[in-house]
Amino acid sequence: MEKAACHHLLENLAGYLDGEASAELCAELERHLDGCTDCRVVVDTLRKTSALYHELPQPELPPAARLRLYKSLDLSEFLNSSA
Amino acid sequence: MLNEDNDQALLERIRRGDKSACAECVERHSPGVYRLALRLTGNEAEAEDVVQETFLSAFKAIDSFEGRSGLSTWLYRIAHNAALMRLRRVQPDQVSVDDEEVFGEGLDVPRQLHAWCCLPERDFESSEARIELERAVRELPEKLRAVFVMRELEALSTEETAEALDVSIDVVKVRLYRARLQLRERLSAYFTEIARTEV
Ligand SMILES: [Zn+2]
Repeated sequence: MEKAACHHLLENLAGYLDGEASAELCAELERHLDGCTDCRVVVDTLRKTSALYHELPQPELPPAARLRLYKSLDLSEFLNSSA
Repeated sequence: MLNEDNDQALLERIRRGDKSACAECVERHSPGVYRLALRLTGNEAEAEDVVQETFLSAFKAIDSFEGRSGLSTWLYRIAHNAALMRLRRVQPDQVSVDDEEVFGEGLDVPRQLHAWCCLPERDFESSEARIELERAVRELPEKLRAVFVMRELEALSTEETAEALDVSIDVVKVRLYRARLQLRERLSAYFTEIARTEV
């Protein structure tokens, strides 16, 4: 990760990953990725990192906390209607 | 956002003092507010308090809500501020880390260069891996964590996140990128170790 081309890739990576880079820049970065194992790994593992977070189960408000929430807002009367 | 039209109608009813509208608002938005609060504070009891505070202040201030942003963005904004106040109380030095807010200069250079993408699925789905994923978010610097949770986990747009955090769109983009890089480093260390023990 020391070559100027690697730095160029890193500087533009955010836009590239979010699909905001121009077609021309994308082509340029992809040429570099074809020949640079280190940058390839960085891009692949960055994508994988995002993917893993998207698959993560979502934490839920515990039922007891939900009861307390409605109570604190003086909304207990609506607890059953929308469970 | 899908809920925007309904939220507008809901807002009108809340302003008229309709309690069932308040209940609907809580039902619709408390799951997201709770997830945000939990991931910002890292603590269930704190998160519960943040959710209560958020809706109490929101209903109190509902008349001053201009509706420029969506209702959920506004609630996230209140929740983020409430969580931040709590974090400052518990860990005063944790929140004031000033980081680089432009691309290029002082960029984090990736160090972990092992390809761990092709590990078997079970290694990514283990409860240990999930704990590691959650812990990695919790240990991000607060500013990066807030952006990462809103953008990546709660799927807010860049604009909504900027609105909720009162920062520019470019700052959101830089922080999201830096958060992803830091998480990648951390997860790389973890999964590389797993890859080694499996050989
Ligand atoms: Zn390279």
